[in-house]
Amino acid sequence: MTAPLTAGSVALDGNITAAPDAPEAFIASRGFWGHVGHRLVRDPVAMAAGILILIVIAIAILSPWITPMDPYKGSMLRRLKPVGDATYWLGSDELGRDMISRLMLGSRLSLFMGVTPVLIAFVIGSGIGILAGYVGGWTNTILMRTIDVFFAFPSVLLAIALSGALGAGIFNSIVSLTCVFVPQIARVAESVTTGIRRRDYIDAAKLSGASAFTIMRVQVLGNVVGPIFVYSTSLISVSMILASGLSFLGLGVRPPEPEWGLMLNTLRTAIYVNPVVAALPGLAIFIVSISFNLFSDGLRSAMEIRQ
Amino acid sequence: MLLYILKRLITVTPVAFGVSIVCFLLVHLAPGDPLSAVLPADATQQTIDDMRAAYGFDKPLPIQYAIWLWHVLHGDLGVSIATGRPVAQEVGRAVVNSLILASVATLIGFTFGVFFGFVAGYRRNSILDRVASALSVFGVSVPHYWLGMVLVIVFSATLGWLPPTGAGPDGSGNWRPDFDHLRYIILPAVTMAVIPMGIIARTVRALVADILSQDFVEALRAKGLSEFGVFKHVVRNAAPTALAIMGLQLGYLLGGSILIETVFAWPGTGFLLNAAIFQRDLPLLQGSILVLAMFFVALNLIVDVMQTALDPRIERA
Repeated sequence: MTAPLTAGSVALDGNITAAPDAPEAFIASRGFWGHVGHRLVRDPVAMAAGILILIVIAIAILSPWITPMDPYKGSMLRRLKPVGDATYWLGSDELGRDMISRLMLGSRLSLFMGVTPVLIAFVIGSGIGILAGYVGGWTNTILMRTIDVFFAFPSVLLAIALSGALGAGIFNSIVSLTCVFVPQIARVAESVTTGIRRRDYIDAAKLSGASAFTIMRVQVLGNVVGPIFVYSTSLISVSMILASGLSFLGLGVRPPEPEWGLMLNTLRTAIYVNPVVAALPGLAIFIVSISFNLFSDGLRSAMEIRQ
Repeated sequence: MLLYILKRLITVTPVAFGVSIVCFLLVHLAPGDPLSAVLPADATQQTIDDMRAAYGFDKPLPIQYAIWLWHVLHGDLGVSIATGRPVAQEVGRAVVNSLILASVATLIGFTFGVFFGFVAGYRRNSILDRVASALSVFGVSVPHYWLGMVLVIVFSATLGWLPPTGAGPDGSGNWRPDFDHLRYIILPAVTMAVIPMGIIARTVRALVADILSQDFVEALRAKGLSEFGVFKHVVRNAAPTALAIMGLQLGYLLGGSILIETVFAWPGTGFLLNAAIFQRDLPLLQGSILVLAMFFVALNLIVDVMQTALDPRIERA
């Protein structure tokens, strides 16, 4: 007698499951992600933040062609010019290099080093979390207790300890930041997956003969990827601050490459001569970081229609 | 209660073990030999072998770990390669300074965070609520090392009111609670307080809003209790969670203070870590991270136990 009921709920949930993978399915009915997008567009703060992020990304991509001056060419005679200078619109740094050009080119490495760790951690963390949550039992215990160990370190400490041990460099910074975010994302992925593994559509997929891997890939991933993604976007802001922080300490990007954290570090000597110019790279980090935070907040509240 | 503490202690032991393994392996993550940084480039193979044997690096990893753990359990964290002093002594001195700074910062952050959180939770969607939300987003989005620099620019470089770096007028390595030293802690503490302030304000706002929407508050008002009386009930209900978050934030600040301590040249663990990293002083690096992580684990445990003791609704299963 329960068979038709189960079948009914499969069809219902099946639609939601299919939505992210099949864009053509919600053209008519708009679907879950369509609703999220619709609500996001109506959130002025999130939209402003999103547009700001797009502008910074555009600058980062185009910077080698659009910087007004050579970002590497210094001049001993024109050091630490103030903001509003006729040639150097945003002043010049401690080696007489144009600040606006360096800030523009610096956005490349700063963005790259802030976003990449979260992207990699999103893939690895989701994998670990979904596996632990879906398989359960001993696999879950071993994986999640190992993850617990990493939660015993405050994230700043873990990031600095790892890159301190690995040594300075862009690659090592990305590796250590990835290690910081994998446990956090895995924990969220595990709890979301555990929450859905007893749902009827999983049982239905099992009965239809799907392998465990297929179920994880289609039914589980389709339903948990949204919450994990939103959580991950909220980490980008932290990641930007930490990545620039590593460079600020001298553990990330090496001079003369422009990167906001490193620029902030080298300009520290100039705070008595030209404080405004010295503070500019930090302002850039702050603007991008707050934009990611506000966008992520908007995305989260836009997605709360499911409940 | 005692049984609960015992149970928590048992569950925390494997985590503590894991932490010690991570700290131990950190040294072996480093490319090349841990000794390569201190040995001269023209050291003979004989010298290298002697040094490796002296530090125990010639034994297999698990045995090295067992020996290291044995020493650590006896309070011996090894000897700093750079200074030749015991790591435990160096870390012990620095931890006190870090703890002072982090505690003052947590206290400032907690006071303002709770204030803003309560105001925002009570007057939702008012202008004050907007200000409070803006402040909490600011708190979690601002690169704190930059904020520290900006404060130094404003209050030291431009206005000349407060000293930019150090912990005291004599340039000494220890902070003392007197007026001269007080001036030195203001800027780093305020900088550090911004993060917990934002997080605490956000949590308390949600807590207060949630409590105020519950039936018992309506019942209290219906029986004619004064608004202040209701307020006391709200405080009592919000306190366990708010205090728990404060405890966790103290742990985060203690471990995450390296950037701020570097900006202000504060003689704490962060500063020590920085030195250890750049001198490639691996025993010192290992020791300070182990101490900080263990502090964090212990603090988590204390917060858990405290929350359970304060909140009768949590089952002590």
